[in-house]
Amino acid sequence: MTTEALIFDAVRTPRGRGRADGSLHEVNPVGLLAGLMRGLQRRLDLDTAQVEDALIGCVQPHGEQGAVIAKLAALAAGWHWRVPGLQLNRYCGSGLEAANLAAAKVRAGWSDLVVAGGVESMSRVAMGAAPSARDNSPALNFQLRLVPQGVSADLMATLDGHTRDALDRYALQSQQRAAAARAEGRFSRSLLPVEDINGLTILAEDEFIRPDTTLEGLARLKPSFAAMGEAGFDALAVAAYPQLERIEHGHTPGNSSGIVDGAALMLVGSEAKGRALGLTPRARIVSVAAVGSEPVIMLDAPAPAARIALAKAGLAPEDIDLYEVNEAFATVVLRFMRELKLPPEKVNVNGGAIALGHPLGATGCMLVGTLLDELERRGLTRGMVVLCAADGMGVATIIERL
Amino acid sequence: MTEAIRYERDEQRIVTLTIDMPGQSANTMNPAFRAALAATVGRLTAEKNDIAGVILTSAKKTFFAGGDLNHLLAARPEDAAALFERAQGMKALLRRLETLGPPVVAALNGTALGGGFEIALACHARFVLDDAAIALGLPEANLGLLPGGGGVVRLVRLLGVEAAMPLIVEGPTFDPGRALALKLVDGLAPDLNALRARAREWIAANPQPQQPWDRKGFRLPGSTANAVAPLAWLRSAPLALMAKHRGLYPAPEAAMSAVVECAAVDFDTASRIESRYLVQLATHPVSKNLITTFFFQMNEIKNGKGRPEGQPPSAVQRLGVLGAGMMGAGIALAAAQRGLPVVLKDVSAEAAQQGKARIGKTLARLVEKARLDAERMALTLALIQPTGDAGELQGCDLIIESVFEKRDVKAQATAEAEAMLAPGGFIGSNTSTLPITGLAAAVARPGHFIGIHFFSPVDRMPLVEIIKGRQTSPQTLARALDFVQQLKKTPIVVDDSRGFYTSRVFGTFTKEGAAMLAEGVAAARIENAALAVGMPVGPLAVMDETSMALSWSVRQQTIADLAAEGLPLPQHPGWDVIRTMAVDLKRPGRAGGGGFYDYPEDGRKRLWPGLADVFSGGGGGAPDADLRDRLLYVQAIESIRCLEEGVIEAARHANVGSVLGIGFPRWTGGTLQYVNSVGLKAFAQRAAELARRYGERFEPPKRLLSMAERGERFV
Repeated sequence: MTTEALIFDAVRTPRGRGRADGSLHEVNPVGLLAGLMRGLQRRLDLDTAQVEDALIGCVQPHGEQGAVIAKLAALAAGWHWRVPGLQLNRYCGSGLEAANLAAAKVRAGWSDLVVAGGVESMSRVAMGAAPSARDNSPALNFQLRLVPQGVSADLMATLDGHTRDALDRYALQSQQRAAAARAEGRFSRSLLPVEDINGLTILAEDEFIRPDTTLEGLARLKPSFAAMGEAGFDALAVAAYPQLERIEHGHTPGNSSGIVDGAALMLVGSEAKGRALGLTPRARIVSVAAVGSEPVIMLDAPAPAARIALAKAGLAPEDIDLYEVNEAFATVVLRFMRELKLPPEKVNVNGGAIALGHPLGATGCMLVGTLLDELERRGLTRGMVVLCAADGMGVATIIERL
Repeated sequence: MTEAIRYERDEQRIVTLTIDMPGQSANTMNPAFRAALAATVGRLTAEKNDIAGVILTSAKKTFFAGGDLNHLLAARPEDAAALFERAQGMKALLRRLETLGPPVVAALNGTALGGGFEIALACHARFVLDDAAIALGLPEANLGLLPGGGGVVRLVRLLGVEAAMPLIVEGPTFDPGRALALKLVDGLAPDLNALRARAREWIAANPQPQQPWDRKGFRLPGSTANAVAPLAWLRSAPLALMAKHRGLYPAPEAAMSAVVECAAVDFDTASRIESRYLVQLATHPVSKNLITTFFFQMNEIKNGKGRPEGQPPSAVQRLGVLGAGMMGAGIALAAAQRGLPVVLKDVSAEAAQQGKARIGKTLARLVEKARLDAERMALTLALIQPTGDAGELQGCDLIIESVFEKRDVKAQATAEAEAMLAPGGFIGSNTSTLPITGLAAAVARPGHFIGIHFFSPVDRMPLVEIIKGRQTSPQTLARALDFVQQLKKTPIVVDDSRGFYTSRVFGTFTKEGAAMLAEGVAAARIENAALAVGMPVGPLAVMDETSMALSWSVRQQTIADLAAEGLPLPQHPGWDVIRTMAVDLKRPGRAGGGGFYDYPEDGRKRLWPGLADVFSGGGGGAPDADLRDRLLYVQAIESIRCLEEGVIEAARHANVGSVLGIGFPRWTGGTLQYVNSVGLKAFAQRAAELARRYGERFEPPKRLLSMAERGERFV
């Protein structure tokens, strides 16, 4: 009999604008994660010596996020030195992959209590600031002939016939849903404010949402990736998809995920361990999946990942009550809904990264908490979190309330 | 001690090494040279305590010509290990020379390209004769190779990654002045004595030199704390290359990779990386294609292979051009740019003057771009004499007609012009479609009549297609070939037949695109398949530019001509598409307001959305790989037929003509070299497969089958 992997709790920081004028810019990433660890410990009155691992996703693990941020943050949080740390990276799927790995460890019976999560301070460790494996290897570029994610997004929207207007309409809905959710306090169960050294609040709520967004305003924004396309990436995309005459550049800052700072954590363990520590389980992790897809289009792996997770659980798409599909770009969610034939009422009901922002390594874990809160609020049972990740990867998780 | 490198030590204890390879007009990096260099370096090592310095120079007109291309051409993938060892061995010798102790100075008395320039880079200083005819540089990438004699490793360290990159990836050559500006040489000398003196002065002033990269604390120029070059540049450089070459050219990609990788490691490790990339390229089919066509076959053409024997060299003294339209004016410009006086004749002085004004505009644009100076422009223009009076043609020794493509118009123009020719002069026709033999009937001496087919725009297109009429004399052919060389253009020679060589083959490309459309293949896939194999534009775009109305009227002429001769009319599924577009839909092309594409005034052209409805053939499932092969195969097969029918006599005409004239992709080495590269047997099999699926035009010609059977290649 397999040990079930249970979720005891899930917490996150608010998302701060990922720029110098963002509220969380003053907090370094180790501090951001350590603060959340302290918060989780206080909230559960957790004996941290019982935690057998800290698995933390981080997409830019260099500079201030370098070394093993999971271990450094655990020490900084004053957690027991028995707790080891692991930094892991599956690009934007990292935070969810951390949860999935925690679940795998528990289900295997090799760990009884694991903390999983992610962190990304995008205002302090800017995307692309450091050389990547590809930057010093032209040969790799010549071999792979990949395009930047934004061009992939525009490629996918072009292939699907999703016009600029369709992308903008989806973005508007994300803003409206997120604004309503914040106003109604739907995020409050998971949110822990970020505090300073004196216990004063630095940020208590998500600050990236723009409740006053209009379709007209969105329509005025300039395409973000047209210049990249012009520089040669469109030619690469069309070479890989020769049925297209050209790429339509429909994605803008308005219908793509926002750049923000944030961290998230969840506590995963076995039933026996929970009983022993007096922890109440909120849900179980039913099944997980990670899969690759064609890397030029890059962003279409959520559907295959979801299908794998569904198949492992013996479920059909309609058996899932709510979906959290990371809004890396509007096209990602539109493609996913079309593939799984999902009604909009089931998907991203409280908005997504277009409105809230996407703190790369943390997002996957954040979405589990958001989903769990909403399942509880609505009295529903099953939910799925799914994200696309760079180089053509997808990560999915199905959870079920107990 | 060796014949190839003379070793002379003087009273000042300076050793002069003079490279003078026996039995060769130029020094090359072949086994004899390597052996000589090994012996020389051995002797220098033994005597180094008695040596104050070394001067490296050449006894030939050039310093050193470069690698041994015959050897590289023969290299097969199974030779990789031997090739790697050989490259490493050569580099080890140069490294020993560089680190021996005494100063080593290159005295470049002439051109030093490729391996020659790499030898110079291994010296501590380089001085060169100040002669603009001397060419320096690392042009290997143009032949599908990279500098594998330490050129990448040293140039990167000398200039930094960003500055070295274009010199290696694009392979330009430069004169001594430019080399000095690029800091690739240390100084210029007006004559040989001064050159040796400068080398001696340098030795005296630098008794114990070290290369910059061997000095303590050496920092790679342009590198940053975390990368070998600025990150933004590192990220954009490969993209620019991919967009330009579409992944079809391994040499620039390998060169760029080598430059970056060589910058990140120490000298010896970098040398190995460079050797590995050289071996990869030397054993790659694309380098074979490029070397075969653009080195060996181009040299054959330059050296007059196939020029009739016993004809003395000739040069045109005064050129007449009939018709001052775009082509006529272009021919006049190309001639005047080479200092040749031109009489530009049209029906009226005014029309001729307009042609000259057009030339003025072209030159003014060059001046604007600083590619020409105003004085030179004035001199060029002064050579062109516009006129409406045929009498002014008096004394021209070549008159080229470039008038309207109608037999009677051409006949009248050439008959009138013939009377004005200087004694022994000849007449050329720039027709692209009309048989030369027929046109020659209009003149009194058809032996002096020949086709000289230029390509548009004439001042930029390097190819000229020479067409022999049935009665064209060997003397006229020789003179036409000499004239093309006089213009510094490249001639190919073809026999008189419909479409000659280039137009005939190019027609198969465009008609294949039309045939695909008839099958129901989506237009974007057709255009992208052409771009994917390296054609500069898609077939549908080309047909829009050249006007389908024109193609359709030429087709009607052909139908009439063949019926008159009692010959069968070749059928092609593409013609239905052309008729539908030009006649039924009245969408003949760009000039006609739209064709396969729409041409909005305020934006880029777009494929006409109606195409999918009009051409819904249902065969749209042809895989992309078939589309790509069809576009190359159909041109290659037509070229084999041209060879079969005697339209061309040797592969070089097809190879050079197809790449320089009609945009057949350079990586293939041209239409027939492409067949060699695929392998004749494999090509014939694939052609038969395409014939089964798409039509008998892909049927492998008999000549191909018999050559494949005998294991021959197109030469």
